[in-house]
Amino acid sequence: MTEEVLTIRNLHVHFPVKKIPFKKTTEYVKAVNGISLSVHKGQTLGIVGESGCGKSTLARTIVGLEKPTSGQILFEGEDISKMNAKRMHELRRDIQMVFQDPYTSLHPRMKVGEIIAAPFKAYKIKDNVPSRVKELMELVGLNPDEHYDRLPHEFSGGQRQRIGIARAIALKPKLLICDEPVSALDVSVQAQVINLFENLQEELGLTYMFIAHDLSVVKHIADQVAVMYLGKVMEISDSDSFYRNARHPYTNALLSAIPLPDPLQEKSRKQLVLEGELPSPTHPPSGCVFHTRCPFAKDVCKQSIPPLEKDDVQGHAVACFYPVQHHELEETI
Amino acid sequence: MFKKKRNVVSISVLCMITIATLTASFWLPHSPSYIDPDFRLLEPSATYWFGTDDFGRDIFARTVVAAKVSLFVGIVVAVASTLLGTLIGLLSGYYRKADFLMMRVIDGMLAFPSLLLALALVAALGGSIVNIIVALTFAFSPVMARIVRSAVLQINNVQYIDAAKITGTSDIIILFRYILPNIITPIIVQGTFIFAKAILAEAALSFLGVGVDPTIPTWGNMLQEAQIYISIAPWFSIFPGLAIVFTVFLLNILGDGLRDALDPHAKKVKSRKSLLKKLKLAKS
Repeated sequence: MTEEVLTIRNLHVHFPVKKIPFKKTTEYVKAVNGISLSVHKGQTLGIVGESGCGKSTLARTIVGLEKPTSGQILFEGEDISKMNAKRMHELRRDIQMVFQDPYTSLHPRMKVGEIIAAPFKAYKIKDNVPSRVKELMELVGLNPDEHYDRLPHEFSGGQRQRIGIARAIALKPKLLICDEPVSALDVSVQAQVINLFENLQEELGLTYMFIAHDLSVVKHIADQVAVMYLGKVMEISDSDSFYRNARHPYTNALLSAIPLPDPLQEKSRKQLVLEGELPSPTHPPSGCVFHTRCPFAKDVCKQSIPPLEKDDVQGHAVACFYPVQHHELEETI
Repeated sequence: MFKKKRNVVSISVLCMITIATLTASFWLPHSPSYIDPDFRLLEPSATYWFGTDDFGRDIFARTVVAAKVSLFVGIVVAVASTLLGTLIGLLSGYYRKADFLMMRVIDGMLAFPSLLLALALVAALGGSIVNIIVALTFAFSPVMARIVRSAVLQINNVQYIDAAKITGTSDIIILFRYILPNIITPIIVQGTFIFAKAILAEAALSFLGVGVDPTIPTWGNMLQEAQIYISIAPWFSIFPGLAIVFTVFLLNILGDGLRDALDPHAKKVKSRKSLLKKLKLAKS
């Protein structure tokens, strides 16, 4: 495997619950609760999970918008959370982010050319900025002559997301964090934007951390997939083996929620449907956080936390005491 | 902004008042400071349109000239407290750590009625136009700071602000290029209202005798001089009073109009009349 660009070690990000005057806060929303991950150079790590499982907080923490409560975020071996402001400013060039909502991620009163030129301005790069911006626009599939002087509201969602991507890659970052970059787009446009991401990765040698809640999107783009639930990583594996032999019950539930295109098959197949709601991240369940909804939970799951352990299959790790064997799964449901 | 009739009317009338008072010395029939004891407290007539005061000076001329001071104080206070309040609001909305301290100070200032605060400051500093402007700016800035801060808080979590931070844009540029242009509407509207309030406050201070030097005609000073004659020469107080009411009324209309014109959410509702018309059409 290639070198690690980003390594996260036991990261916790907790937010205090509403402060009451004169009372010390004792409750915290544990948005990210002990995550260890690594992203390898030139590869794509897909992160999936329900809304509210801490995906976006993880992304925001990596780019420095949130402060980690504990744990380390190492970028090329250097701890981000311990950097001073000056070093952080330099580092920002290397880690950029594409946002979820293309409608709120662009300044409504700035022209497209200015928006894409903003990173150059921030780093006081002055030589031939307009021509660089035009190059970037061409790279992401916008027409530089026609679109340069327009305002964001004149564009469709897909085009706006292209503007956001051009801004993110302007400084040639090493790592691009994509926080559900296609979930706000039409399905037809999603495919185009995902293809754009893939082309850019090839051309510029980018490394992606790609967050999504749509497994089929991740399937297409990711080399490795991590499944998050309530601030923890449940399972991580190479994307090929992920879809064939998912071991964690939660992953299996997610996979079986994907509808099949054939209506006859869809009708006759057995689904692993989860019951109940996502537990509150303020009071996560004891032991395995998933035990409240897990159809296979036993007593030990309520008491101790299963570690994320390497499985027998290469590049596969699962945090479960009773990982699902596929023939068993068929029998249970 | 210029589509609504009342906006155009209020702006043009305010401009006319300004021009009239600035060019007053060229066209006024009587000098505002010419004392003529023979013509004391005359009723309004063809020669003295608004009557004369207790020194026989022309009240019309004095009312027109007084507008200069009132408008000057109003506009300077409006601009200064908008600038000061916006700066405080931006900083405390953006830097959450500084926010607590700044807002407690602002809360303390807001606890006093703004007129009382200005009164105390003028009493301490002494009455002159500059001191009145300083005092009123202090009195009106907290309100502006509060409004700007809440607007900043609303916009702070929008993704393009995050995006700017991630691309390494400096705080100053984020504050003035990304945040300020998107919250300018409430600032302009509130600024217009402060203009109106400052005119009223200046008149009140002068009326109470702690304002502008009594020898300079201002609407407040005129009212103060007139109060003992109110039973025998009501026109002496009525005309300067009407001038205040009229100007403040125009400014408030302008503020309301600006709010409607600049707020994109309010644009769709045209007027009660047109809504009622639509309702009637829908019914029939």
